[in-house]
Amino acid sequence: MSFFNLKGASTKTAQKHVVDPALQPWVEKYRPKTIDDVSAQEHTVTVLRKALTSTNLPHMLFYGPPGTGKTSTILALARQLFGPDNFKNRVLELNASDERGIAIVREKIKDFARQTPRAETVSSDGKTYPCPPYKIIILDEADSMTQDAQGALRRIMETYARITRFCLVCNYVTRIIEPLASRCSKFRFTPLDPDSSTSRLTQIAQAEHVDVDSAAIDTLINTSQGDLRRAITYLQSASRLSASTDPPTPIAPVDIQEIAGVVPEAVINDFARTLGIDVEGAMQVDDSAKPKDGSFGSIQKKVKELMREGFSATQILSQLHDLVVHHPTLNGRQKSKCALVFAEADKALCDGADEELWILEVGLRVHKAIS
Amino acid sequence: MSLWVDQFRPRTLDSLHYHHGLSARLKSLASSGDFPHILFYGPSGAGKKTRITCTLRELFGPGVEKLKIDQRIFLSPSKRKLEINIVQSNFHIEITPSDAGNYDRVVIQELLKEIAQTQQVDLNAKQRFKAVVINEADSLSRDAQAALRRTMEKYMSNMRIILCANSTSKLIAPIKSRCLLMRVAAPNPQEMEEVLNYVAKRAPFTLPPEAAKKIIDDSGGNLRKAILVLEALKMQSPDLSGPLAIAKPDWETYCYKVADLIVSEQSPARVMEVRAKFYELLSHCIPPTVILKTVAERVVEKVDESLKADIMHWAAFYEVRMRLGSKKIYHLEAWVVKVMSLYKHFFYDMDMSSFD
Repeated sequence: MSFFNLKGASTKTAQKHVVDPALQPWVEKYRPKTIDDVSAQEHTVTVLRKALTSTNLPHMLFYGPPGTGKTSTILALARQLFGPDNFKNRVLELNASDERGIAIVREKIKDFARQTPRAETVSSDGKTYPCPPYKIIILDEADSMTQDAQGALRRIMETYARITRFCLVCNYVTRIIEPLASRCSKFRFTPLDPDSSTSRLTQIAQAEHVDVDSAAIDTLINTSQGDLRRAITYLQSASRLSASTDPPTPIAPVDIQEIAGVVPEAVINDFARTLGIDVEGAMQVDDSAKPKDGSFGSIQKKVKELMREGFSATQILSQLHDLVVHHPTLNGRQKSKCALVFAEADKALCDGADEELWILEVGLRVHKAIS
Repeated sequence: MSLWVDQFRPRTLDSLHYHHGLSARLKSLASSGDFPHILFYGPSGAGKKTRITCTLRELFGPGVEKLKIDQRIFLSPSKRKLEINIVQSNFHIEITPSDAGNYDRVVIQELLKEIAQTQQVDLNAKQRFKAVVINEADSLSRDAQAALRRTMEKYMSNMRIILCANSTSKLIAPIKSRCLLMRVAAPNPQEMEEVLNYVAKRAPFTLPPEAAKKIIDDSGGNLRKAILVLEALKMQSPDLSGPLAIAKPDWETYCYKVADLIVSEQSPARVMEVRAKFYELLSHCIPPTVILKTVAERVVEKVDESLKADIMHWAAFYEVRMRLGSKKIYHLEAWVVKVMSLYKHFFYDMDMSSFD
């Protein structure tokens, strides 16, 4: 083995490993680059655009359901303010995957907040950025911070307000302690309307050369319920699956439902029928062959079957809920009784209750409410 | 000699016996080079773990079967030492973070960051990423799941996470939306019979159809249980003929006894007796939920139709309380008393309304 070969090998391994864009999650790849790209949140965007021109920024609190663009907006805004060069030393992003106890708030945030930034307005890519004389600290998923850590932030926010702006991002504004919330200007992010979701999804599909028809996009939007990130992830998973078959098949709505973990409609309808709910469109063919519907035994058997199939209880619950609430013939009283049961079951499942017991409970009580 | 369950476990995706659609899908994903994070979910004994190992083998080649067990020490924020067992090969790493109890977040954060920040240096490796298998993902605490969120997006280039869970209900939505969901349903009786026959052929012996049917009925869709029972039966009677008695686990018969006690007499003295039995079960580490479910199912079999729904209702009710509360025995007892009062009320039509 010669010396030269060895050297050759070592330079080869030293090659810098760059992330292949094809392997990136689309959610990251198609994150909005500027705040104008942000889908739907018109009100927030107008306010922020003003802030961009005046280069003055208040402390901010972004809240809203997941997948509505909170993190994307603040990242895009920071990028527009500072440009790619200054981004690293001007923006500190902390999220739940970082240790965020009271010690971190005291040390890391304080240290970062203390350093006075150095302005450097002309960036390497030739563009001029406003680059205002402050830094931004983004506390992502701030609602999972402890009360103590939030308390420690209060004074820090004021003391360093001259050179630092905080941006808290969270899902539930109620979990942010009042003193913090009152120091920020609040921005509410609303779930995306179907139109903007559709346009964004078609745009991504075109850029990725994915073959989707409008039916598939509708399913995506229905299953994701206004959460654009979920819709994009489903789209990516579906395209992976469809591209990996031989020959590649177009994405069908059924694939998307399977990816999203949705229980097939036939299964839910069948369950509902066992509970004594009339499901239209599905005729009971072998009425006599089956044991009497609605008896304890038949419901228990059905529930056991469902559990063996591995469906998730929360999913069954939400789909059954949709079916009952939109049911044409049930009266208000029956629906209300069912709704009570669903609410209780949801709470129980959140507390970690046994799935089989609770689905059975839901089944029995819905049956009782309806008959 | 290892157990049949391990000995005859399929090693490749092609040799899996059922859910062929799923296998084909996993195979094509593994070969496409664009492998996502995956969440496997389904009842126990359905073959989630087998599918995961097969997929890993498909991804990385036979090298993944060379396992070594490491013990790592993590430091909790309060400077407490946590010892966690880690199973790993050159290509993947397998952890059960729920071993760390409340501190699972620390394990997730430290371990995943460490893996995520090291790159594959071997250019001949089949995949650029390392796989992290997280077992019992549904018992991860909320904090630990939140810690996974951003990590999963940020370090996509260096690692893939494979989660294995019994149900998706306890996983937070952001995790679910970042994974490709793979539902592994329990095999149906025909599929189970096929597998049992395969095992019998490999062992080798002939499996009478009646015996197979009996085992399948008893297993309730749990293939692991079915194969274990098959092996146990084979030990008992080598030719597997004649009447087979599938031995129920001790705790199950014990639970049935409790149920019989409840149904046969309803009195304070009987409650005391039942309590002693519950304590016995609990001290043998039978999970209280399993106790409650088994007893309730047995009681329900023996009572009148009109009572069944109520009994199940209260079982569900006290099961939640049991999770929230700290002393399990209180809630088990409360349920027993409730059932007894219902039962008595039903028989003597006594006025028990003040008892609610």
